[in-house]
Amino acid sequence: MIEGILVEGLIYGIMVLGVFITFRVLDFPDLTVDGSFPLGAALMAQCILMGTNLWLGLLIAFIGGVIAGVVTALIHNHLKVPNLLAGILTMTMLYSINIRVLGNRANVPILNQETILSQVSDRFSGLIPDEYILLLFFIIVAIVIKVLIDLFFRTDLGLTMGAMGNNEQMVISQGVNPKTLKTIGVGLSNGLVALSGAFAAQYLGFADVGLGQGIIISGLASVMIGEFLVMKSNRIGVLTFCALMGSIIFHAVVYLGRYYGYVIKMTPNDLNLIKGILIIILLVLTQSRKLKKVALKAMVDK
Amino acid sequence: MIALKNVSIVFNQGTVNENQALSNINLSVKEGDFVTIIGSNGAGKSTLFNMIAGSFVPTQGSILLNDRDITREPEYKRARYIGRIFQNPLLGTASNMSLEDNMMITYKKGFKWLKRSLNNRMRDFFRSELVHLNMGLENRMKENLAMFSGGQRQALTLLMMVLSKPALILLDEHTAALDPKNAQIVLELTNKFIKEFNLTAMMITHNMNHAIEFGNRLLMMDKGEIIFEAEGEAKKELTVEKLIAKFHDLRHKNFEDDKTLLSDE
Ligand SMILES: Nc1ncnc2c1ncn2[C@@H]1O[C@H](COP(=O)(O)OP(=O)(O)OP(=O)(O)O)[C@@H](O)[C@H]1O
Ligand SMILES: [Mg+2]
Repeated sequence: MIEGILVEGLIYGIMVLGVFITFRVLDFPDLTVDGSFPLGAALMAQCILMGTNLWLGLLIAFIGGVIAGVVTALIHNHLKVPNLLAGILTMTMLYSINIRVLGNRANVPILNQETILSQVSDRFSGLIPDEYILLLFFIIVAIVIKVLIDLFFRTDLGLTMGAMGNNEQMVISQGVNPKTLKTIGVGLSNGLVALSGAFAAQYLGFADVGLGQGIIISGLASVMIGEFLVMKSNRIGVLTFCALMGSIIFHAVVYLGRYYGYVIKMTPNDLNLIKGILIIILLVLTQSRKLKKVALKAMVDK
Repeated sequence: MIALKNVSIVFNQGTVNENQALSNINLSVKEGDFVTIIGSNGAGKSTLFNMIAGSFVPTQGSILLNDRDITREPEYKRARYIGRIFQNPLLGTASNMSLEDNMMITYKKGFKWLKRSLNNRMRDFFRSELVHLNMGLENRMKENLAMFSGGQRQALTLLMMVLSKPALILLDEHTAALDPKNAQIVLELTNKFIKEFNLTAMMITHNMNHAIEFGNRLLMMDKGEIIFEAEGEAKKELTVEKLIAKFHDLRHKNFEDDKTLLSDE
């Protein structure tokens, strides 16, 4: 059970890192995510069925996600469409595209196929207890991705992107086109989300157009839980770590809801409601924490 | 260096809110000029800067930089040679990032690549430059800018802008949001940097004393026009009383009830 929660938390954590980039770093609320997550799953499933090299499949899923994000950014930049609407547009179009990628089906099982996960399991079975193989694998994957993101945000380009969500005028004043930064950032974010989808498909044993439903809510809730873990930090390494932790905690809560919800007469259909309420609670808590800080500061200033 | 040829800006053209914010402005700023600009509220001073910097495209006329037409060049491209400081001290720096990160971002203009330039050599360089501000900021490199005062942030914006060696700097009431002590410090730094680095500068101010004291040229604006100009010796002879009388003669009305004179922003 606990390994299951951790593995899910880490797989979806890659998606949470993507959501963190758009919502928190770029201040670009991007809803493309609900479409790019199943896009990654669909591309990966199709690559598995076609016998493509599996690592190439991951790369294709990532690139597919990047393209989806770039489309959203371009719609927003050049047609002067608000970012929320641009994301919804791409997400809606992706629904049809995802069905096409799945070969005009809504669901494609890959349960008995060879996947990266089955390869890893076979390779290390006997050396490590079976239930820990995937956990170790995803810990490594999540750490590698997290470290790469941290490195990116410490380059000159990444630093400038960090200023973007806070102060667009400053970015312009440095001779950088904010549109370019948004395109790179939203593209990168959706690439990560699709990568997460590609791993999720292999873990679940299928790809489904409905996989993305509510992903943005899960992502946002995880980011917010993560932020709750620490007081404000300006260290990117701390922030990405919190995003991953937030994802794990969120999945633990969802797990409890799914398996023990019946105690309070909850059915699996209530899960989305619970997720929504969780976010509202988090918003309220964050607000009151902010207010407390303001009150405290006022007291100190006196 | 920079020349405005017959430029006009009309906002909301063809609607009931049509507003001619600038009309037929002709202006030529030479290299090394330090131009101060005064004028009542709504005279079009900020609009003039926004147009030079590229935030607004003129409805008519053209802008030349060293004889190159830049009328339609986007703001972010012009920012590579035009530095700007706004009244709001938050606009020059990112609150959620450390001082050293901010300095790294503003150090070089133009697109940034996947290179990590912030190293100990850079940090030492930044520290040695921060010493010039005399605010002790060189010991606070890792702190977020949210922890700094408006005056410190404005001084920092000024320093970073100067280091990027712009061909022209535009200062739009950049000390107006600061308390008198900090305003004085930032203003003195501004004057010092402009002299030391031989910068070409334009500065909007509501303080006539400052407009007279600083710079080698003075422009007075009203209703979208430049109504009076003084340069060199003629400018040195100006006094607040003479400026007010001049405005009265030209416009047959009082200069904003003279209340701006009393403000020591
Ligand atoms: N973006 C805009 N859209 C429409 N009208 C504008 C815009 N910006 C400025 N204006 C109008 O243009 C005129 C000139 O404004 P501007 O901000 O240039 O004045 P200013 O001289 O800087 O005044 P102040 O001393 O108050 O800063 C005003 O009537 C203003 O309402
Ligand atoms: Mg103004």
